[in-house]
Amino acid sequence: MSRKVLLIEDEPNITEAIRFLLTREGWQVETHAEGTDAVQVIKAAEPDLVILDVMLPGKSGMEILRDLREHQDMQRLPVLMLTARGQSRDREMAEKAGVSRFMTKPFSNAEVLTAVRDLHAQASRL
Amino acid sequence: MTPEEQGEHRRPSLFLERQSYRRRRLMDAARLLPFLGAALLAVPLLWPDESDGTGAVPLSAAIFYIFACWAVLILINVVFGFAARRLAAREKGDAEADTWQR
Amino acid sequence: MATLNVLILVCLGYVVLLFGVAFAADRLAAAGRGKWLRSPLIYTLSLSIYCTAWTFYGAVGNAARSGLEFVTIYLGPTLVMVGWWWGLRKLVRVGRSQRVTSIADLISSRYGKSNTLAICVTTLAVVGGTPYIALQLQSITLSFSIFAEADPTGLYREGSSVFWVAAGLAVFAILFGTRNLDVNERHHGVVTAIALESVVKLFALLAVGIFVVWGIAGGLAPMMERIDASEIGKWNVDASRWATFTFLSAAAFICLPRMFQVMVVENDDESHLRTAAWAFPLYLLLMSLFVVPIAVIGLDLMPKGSNPDLFVLTVPLSQGNDWLAMLSFIGGFSSATSMVIVTAMALSTMVSNHVVMPIWLSTHEGSASVSGDVRTIVLMARRVSIAVIMALGYFYYRVSGGGAALASIGLVAFAGISQILPALVGGLFWRGATRTGALVGLSIGFILWIYTLLLPGMGGGIIPISVIENGPFGWGWLRPQALFGIEGIDPMVHSVMWSLSLNTIGFCVASLLSFPSPLERLQGAQFVNVFDHSVAPQGWTGSVAQSEDLMIMTQRILGVVPAQEFFQAEAERQNGRTGRLPEPTPGFLQRLERELSGSVGAATAHAMIGQIVGGASVSVEDLLAVADESAQLLEYSSQLEAKSNELSRTALKLREANTKLTQVSKQKDAFLSQVSHELRTPMTSIRAFSEILRDTDGLSAEEQTRYAAIIHDEALRLTRLLDDLLDLSVLESGQVSLNTGDGSLSAVLDRAISGALAGGDGKLSVRRVRASERIQLHTDLDRLGQVFINLISNAQKYCDAALPELTISTHDVGGQVVIDFVDNGSGIPAEAQALVFEKFARVGSDKAGGAGLGLAICREIMQRLGGDIAYLPGQGGAAFRVSLPVAYQQAAQ
Repeated sequence: MSRKVLLIEDEPNITEAIRFLLTREGWQVETHAEGTDAVQVIKAAEPDLVILDVMLPGKSGMEILRDLREHQDMQRLPVLMLTARGQSRDREMAEKAGVSRFMTKPFSNAEVLTAVRDLHAQASRL
Repeated sequence: MTPEEQGEHRRPSLFLERQSYRRRRLMDAARLLPFLGAALLAVPLLWPDESDGTGAVPLSAAIFYIFACWAVLILINVVFGFAARRLAAREKGDAEADTWQR
Repeated sequence: MATLNVLILVCLGYVVLLFGVAFAADRLAAAGRGKWLRSPLIYTLSLSIYCTAWTFYGAVGNAARSGLEFVTIYLGPTLVMVGWWWGLRKLVRVGRSQRVTSIADLISSRYGKSNTLAICVTTLAVVGGTPYIALQLQSITLSFSIFAEADPTGLYREGSSVFWVAAGLAVFAILFGTRNLDVNERHHGVVTAIALESVVKLFALLAVGIFVVWGIAGGLAPMMERIDASEIGKWNVDASRWATFTFLSAAAFICLPRMFQVMVVENDDESHLRTAAWAFPLYLLLMSLFVVPIAVIGLDLMPKGSNPDLFVLTVPLSQGNDWLAMLSFIGGFSSATSMVIVTAMALSTMVSNHVVMPIWLSTHEGSASVSGDVRTIVLMARRVSIAVIMALGYFYYRVSGGGAALASIGLVAFAGISQILPALVGGLFWRGATRTGALVGLSIGFILWIYTLLLPGMGGGIIPISVIENGPFGWGWLRPQALFGIEGIDPMVHSVMWSLSLNTIGFCVASLLSFPSPLERLQGAQFVNVFDHSVAPQGWTGSVAQSEDLMIMTQRILGVVPAQEFFQAEAERQNGRTGRLPEPTPGFLQRLERELSGSVGAATAHAMIGQIVGGASVSVEDLLAVADESAQLLEYSSQLEAKSNELSRTALKLREANTKLTQVSKQKDAFLSQVSHELRTPMTSIRAFSEILRDTDGLSAEEQTRYAAIIHDEALRLTRLLDDLLDLSVLESGQVSLNTGDGSLSAVLDRAISGALAGGDGKLSVRRVRASERIQLHTDLDRLGQVFINLISNAQKYCDAALPELTISTHDVGGQVVIDFVDNGSGIPAEAQALVFEKFARVGSDKAGGAGLGLAICREIMQRLGGDIAYLPGQGGAAFRVSLPVAYQQAAQ
């Protein structure tokens, strides 16, 4: 069974880096660069994991996460959040919104891969 | 400085004050005059009249009293008229004319 | 025995003498000679028209009936004169400084020149005056009849004699009262004739008195004995009547139109009051000195049932002293004629000024170009008024039958006219008195007087007996002579008490509850504080409020178009503008008067302007006096208003500042996380790809090159960001050094456009108006170019039109060169426009990946250069306006 990750990130270079990393891990990587319609895109794609940037055009990652968690079938979807702002307040907000893992940019590639693996393992176990 | 000299110095202002003081008192008198007149002419109302039966005031006495009051009022007014004229003549060019007139 | 013919001859001769005196006095006055005409003596004597035929004949009758009660009619005026310093002096000063023409005029003038009020007072005066005139006619007729009884020829008929007397008096009054339209309504001729008549009547009464005391009674002491022995020989006076009549006569002395005429209107010099203050009471004393003796002797000598009102005539006649009787008759005749003439004059002035003229002016309003002779109309109105008033008196006499005792009609008239007193005294001494108060008080008093005194007294079934006894509709508490069930009071006292007290209460309460107009307040201040700021009436001066009145009046006299032309020319002369009414300056009023006099005659023009301007010298002091009350209030409230405006302005500014501060503080907050974000984003890519390059085995050479390029690009981006931040911080701290040089605007733009477009996708097309760009600049050309590049590349990045297009145009706005950069995209939303120049303020999606510092840097640069950059709303797309520093721009070649 192929594992699908949806990457929502507006920086093309970062997108490319993550896609490179996860593809090599055997993930099917889909990307999206807009915040506005992100929730619909997530629903439509039915991914196993979502990597979400915070500062997105149109709608912030926080709002997307909050909206996402309101849907019954989306409450357990693992969401890895990446932010370049990295303030403690952002982490609190993200945890309140129901984030699965919160990471600050710049990250090490190993960290991202570990996080993705952990999240996927947790989700599969349940 | 001797006391006489002091007196000399003070006299003009004292004189002016006294003059304006006189004016104000004269004014008061002029205002009181009609009340005096009214009071004098109301006195007959206290006299017993014929209805009492006992010694009503004879008309000649009443005439005498009323005309006497009348004459007194006229005389006071004559005096006041002359006083007012004297003051009016003096008050020409007097700075206090206004307060006097009020 | 003097025949009736002789009597008539004497009368006519006397009238001719009066004419002569009056005519001569007029001539003397016109010639400016005859100072004695304006002496205090003449003034005092003219005041004695207070003593009418009622006094001359009626006092004796009254004494014969009620003893000393008659004397109250003289004591009231005496008290008023004694207190002249208080009341009359003020009344006269007000009358003169306001150029008042009658008591109605005074009341109306005090209460904001209200003509309604003037009509009320006029009506009251006419209704109250008519029975009084009838009384005079009756007295003359009665005295004629005394002689007629003794006349063997028997040609006398009462009815026709009344008619002829009335007609004769009317003619006399018309001839003297309305010969000319005097500016000040002064009639020297009439006043002099009246003064003569006063002497005659005093002389006559004194002569009869002396004849009675020394001729009949035989000296003073026997006279006194006879008095005490007579049927009126004991003091027997009703206290309420004594007090009421004294008060009533005092009130009437001030309020009677004829008294007002001689006392105020005809007054030449205020100081005359000083003499009159004692001389007039003396005159009254002399007039009443022999009244009781004559009454007592009359009661003794004359048969029972003979009319005591005529003792003055009948006692000498019975003693065969025809010449004394004739003198007495002339005295009575004098009293009657002088009173009738002055009353008719005063009433006709009131009627013509307050009733006829307003009606005439309003009926002629429609016909625009009326140019009729107003002067003739005023005079005609007065003549007709006199005739009508005399006719009214005549008919009243005929209707009432002349039966009532003389004195009671006089008192009824007194009670009626006294209703003016509260409004008059209140107007002179109380600034709070208002027009509404005066109207209410007058109406209440007038109605109560008619209901409780005039109608019940007229008899003849005007009020049915049942109403008097049981009240209207059987309402006992409304019985005319026992209002509210209070019975047992003398009807006269009852009426005076109720009418005057309710009048006063109504006046005060309505004054307290109503609010005066500005004009009313101004007039109120002028009246009450007349001594503070009035020396003597001088030239015309007026307040702005009168301009409109003047305009209306002038339109009616000159016609609409000429009047408007005249006023516009005047307004232009005054303020150089035609839009507004001119100020009624003395100069303007004089010109207007001249203009009007060309059409209606000088005196009328003066009188008409006087009617409007009121001769009121509205001086600065007057206005200040009003300021005591109203203006202070106004000022206070306007201060409050200003303060609250200021407060709300400050609050608004504070709110704006606060909003901005909050925004700025949020941005400061955001700044750190923005800087963090802007730094971390490229670093993320750099780290990720450098780790990929380090850790990944078997990368193709292609991939390696690509990822190295990304790392390179992102490193450059990082550098750019740091450059921008540094640039901004240097600019903001003011440590930047400008590199000033010369060059043309068009060259700077050329460089900027080529620089900006070089790195772009080339879709943006730039339109320029090169002709307007030929401007030599002296500034830091590189920095200016940096601004231009920023704006152009912004358009390049953000313009969302299908065919993006940027228009660069140069204008001259108010002497300053501005360069507008307008694209055809969707522009910047209004709420974001205020923020575009803030750091990191990016609008919408930042596809181009800028840090949001460009415009902030632009603004800093332009401010450093001494110019400015601003967002230009409403241009369709995004539009920026760069204003070049004035000092650095130079004229086009």
